[in-house]
Amino acid sequence: MTTSTIASHDVELNDEGFFVHPEDWTEEMAPEIARREGIEELTPAHWQVVRFMRSEYLDKGTGPTVRVLAKTSGVSVKELYELFPKGPAKVAAKIAGIPKPRGCI
Amino acid sequence: MEGTIEKVSIIISKGSLDGVYPGLIMANGARAEGIEANLFFTFFGLDAIHKQRHEHIKMATVGNPGLHVATLLGGLPGMSSVMTHYMNHKMAELDIPSIPEFIEMIADTGAGLYACKASVDLFGLEKNDFIPQVQDIITVGEFYAKAAGGQIIFT
Repeated sequence: MTTSTIASHDVELNDEGFFVHPEDWTEEMAPEIARREGIEELTPAHWQVVRFMRSEYLDKGTGPTVRVLAKTSGVSVKELYELFPKGPAKVAAKIAGIPKPRGCI
Repeated sequence: MEGTIEKVSIIISKGSLDGVYPGLIMANGARAEGIEANLFFTFFGLDAIHKQRHEHIKMATVGNPGLHVATLLGGLPGMSSVMTHYMNHKMAELDIPSIPEFIEMIADTGAGLYACKASVDLFGLEKNDFIPQVQDIITVGEFYAKAAGGQIIFT
């Protein structure tokens, strides 16, 4: 676990860089986390996925896997990988300040 | 992070339900982690990308002690279909996609799909026999070139 300063706030991240306390997250932190993940600019399409991940987590206690994300958000698998080449569910969860989604498929 | 995996090449060599799924799950899981993945289908694994056959992949009910069905019973006509139906039903309940749907999804994640030339020749097949997501029919040498710098998983 490490403490990191994101958008002038100190937050705790786990070894993989996910928020330990999702309630610490605010939308103004997202662009900086995205840049650390290699996404220079969060487009409206990115935001749609990030907000969807966050709301699914708040509703269900866990973020969706890529397959579920594609089925429920309406953004196709192909598009998701274009937006988040390093793994849509994983990277969007990190940017959304929620834990890494668990699930094999 | 130390010791990360950046790339995997997964070989699917079996044409049974339990022979095909593990490689697909590993390839899809690799892409979900942002790991580059290639799938290489060889021997009976080719059925998984064969246009006419990929919807009819069955459970092996003979010579499969893990199923806990007596060998004699496993060989009865229709046994394999019944067990496959049961397994597909269980998987649908868990929202695990069918093999054709899963392979299409894996192609959409950006993973490469390839058929093994030696097996394609052996079975008298051609590119047109395969689903359109199959990028190429390649030799073992070309496979190693594509797999260079990554891990190779044989299933």
